[in-house]
Amino acid sequence: MKLFRYFPVAVDSIAANKMRASLTMLGIIIGVAAVLTILGVGRGASANILDEVASQGTTRLTISPSTESEGEGAGAPVQTLTMGDVRALSDAAFHPDVVEVVPQYGGSIQLVAGSNNKQTRVTGTTADYAEVHRLEMAEGRFLTEDEIAQMSNVIVIGTAVATDLFERTQVVGESVRIDGEPFTVVGVLEESGNAGFGSNDDSGFIPIGVAHGRIFNVPRYRGEYIVTSVSANAVSEERVEAAEGQIEQTLRLRHGLGADDDNDFTISTQASLLDTIGTVTSTLTLLLSSIAAISLVVGGIGIMNIMLVSVTERTKEIGLRKALGAHTSDVLLQFLIESLVLTLLGGLIGIAISYGLALLVQRIPNFPIDLLIGVDALLLAVGVSAGCGLIFGLYPALRATRLDPIEALRYE
Amino acid sequence: MADSSALIDMQNISKVYQMGETKVLALNGVSLSIEEGEYVAIVGTSGSGKSTLMNIIGLLDSPTEGVFQIRGQRANGLTGRQLADLRNREIGFVFQQFNLLARAPAWRQVELPLFYANVARGTARERALEALAQVGLAERADHKPEELSGGQQQRVAIARALVNRPSLLLADEPTGALDTRTGEEVMALFEKLHEEGLTLVIITHDQEIAERAHRVITMRDGVIVSDSDAATATANGFRNGLSRTAPAPLPRPVAIEQDEEKMYEAV
Ligand SMILES: Nc1ncnc2c1ncn2[C@@H]1O[C@H](COP(=O)(O)OP(=O)(O)OP(=O)(O)O)[C@@H](O)[C@H]1O
Ligand SMILES: [Mg+2]
Repeated sequence: MKLFRYFPVAVDSIAANKMRASLTMLGIIIGVAAVLTILGVGRGASANILDEVASQGTTRLTISPSTESEGEGAGAPVQTLTMGDVRALSDAAFHPDVVEVVPQYGGSIQLVAGSNNKQTRVTGTTADYAEVHRLEMAEGRFLTEDEIAQMSNVIVIGTAVATDLFERTQVVGESVRIDGEPFTVVGVLEESGNAGFGSNDDSGFIPIGVAHGRIFNVPRYRGEYIVTSVSANAVSEERVEAAEGQIEQTLRLRHGLGADDDNDFTISTQASLLDTIGTVTSTLTLLLSSIAAISLVVGGIGIMNIMLVSVTERTKEIGLRKALGAHTSDVLLQFLIESLVLTLLGGLIGIAISYGLALLVQRIPNFPIDLLIGVDALLLAVGVSAGCGLIFGLYPALRATRLDPIEALRYE
Repeated sequence: MADSSALIDMQNISKVYQMGETKVLALNGVSLSIEEGEYVAIVGTSGSGKSTLMNIIGLLDSPTEGVFQIRGQRANGLTGRQLADLRNREIGFVFQQFNLLARAPAWRQVELPLFYANVARGTARERALEALAQVGLAERADHKPEELSGGQQQRVAIARALVNRPSLLLADEPTGALDTRTGEEVMALFEKLHEEGLTLVIITHDQEIAERAHRVITMRDGVIVSDSDAATATANGFRNGLSRTAPAPLPRPVAIEQDEEKMYEAV
């Protein structure tokens, strides 16, 4: 109760020195605004990526070979995921929850059209790839079952590849060369818009058999071509785990793994991917916020500095207050609360600025990320600024209490 | 020690100021006793130690040597908190330099002692305005010191000293900046409060004001050279404190040598 009495005193004294007060608060304002904005950007970015991932379907499973070398030997890692596995997994009798098993074998290779050429990631795959990865077509169509079966020289390319090779995107029917072999363009993918995660703008797709047999020099394992990964869909979101179990069982059996052996492959689901992304973005956000938090500390030291100056400047006032009956605790509280009010005010202004930025960002069309400021971040900002006020105000306040009234009154 | 029923009792008080290499002996063995309800004027040349004495009586400063008692209690046995409370509740102090807060309006200055007496805000403001009205500054309650004349500032300081209804008023030249008429009004106010029981101790250079007091103490070079004490003074409404000043005592050095260190240990 009694504490509240000091607030008007603090406000009066801050109001009496507005210029100094605002300079003091600047450090806290910048610190709080920086921390909140970075937290907001981190949250916005992670929400964006999560949306993106979710929009690509939540039933997808991706199987990739483990990269650890087999046994204790120092030799090159043996890659064991093959087309044989793909055929086995396609058997619906043993994998009732798995549909659309799609092999992929990809590598970076040069595409040539006329005098233009472009190094592109080309993936050999099957017709279901478009379905499993939710690809949209801008022109033409994706690879067909027939083309896969007949190992036709056809290719589907991304918009970036199309514009680099032909300076336009309506290129269905044109021909590109890979290793001197002509391929007919049958489709161009929809531009994915964001240049980052999961974009196919800079890739090409050809039948898996062509990739294995003619384009890449693909090693075999137990007589079967290896693949770089296999995608599949579960029948529904609820059956993702069941599908994962069925795939794991088949692959362990086929790879001859004993009960004690680890999997020589990894199955990742969209759910696990979401988890990973969440962890990565929050780590990043934490890192950036810590850097921004340094500015808060600097701001706090600024507060301490100004409060020390203020105590010296107001020596006479302190002497007078003591002469008129102020206790040591009165003087302590007066100065502590003054610095608390300063930092809280700074914190609130910082919050307002970051909110203003968030609103501004929302108005920019096509801005890639939102600024999301949560209640927890707000409470943190208020707490931290109040903490700064108390911690950095304590020493100057203690200095003020040590003054002898008559000495202080005489101070000029 | 002397009569412990006295409001203020000082025995052999000395005050030494250390100024780098030299020491200044501001008070040199002052003994003095003031009873409740007295009306005392302190006169003396500039630099004779009047303000120093007043600061000790007002519990703002402590003597270098000697025993100071207030209501029979030794001041150096009191905690900082007790001293602060005594200053707040018992003593009203009008400083020679006014000591107003630079940026606060008059009513806030006057309210200050009430703030530390834990008087509720509304009541405190009311009482502050009342006290300002008493010194004729009702109209100037919202003015800051820089917007007030010297005499008005002095009256704000007086209102502040009176606002918490002290039992002892210590006024260091309270009419120094006032014209005769305003000074007269302030003195009349003091005397009215004195009638109601306030103990008055006033430092003054003004002979007329000193003559109104019932007891006049004259100081010179840190010693009391004459004290027309209450007993003899009150009997005949005695008015010649100044004229009865003893002949000038032997001149004594005000700055004394450094090696008299023992002086510091007493307090
Ligand atoms: N803080 C101080 N440090 C050093 N010397 C001081 C200090 N305060 C007062 N003195 C000295 O002590 C002596 C007495 O000072 P004091 O202020 O008590 O005089 P005064 O009688 O009130 O004079 P005035 O009538 O001019 O106000 C003076 O010589 C002064 O110079
Ligand atoms: Mg003086």
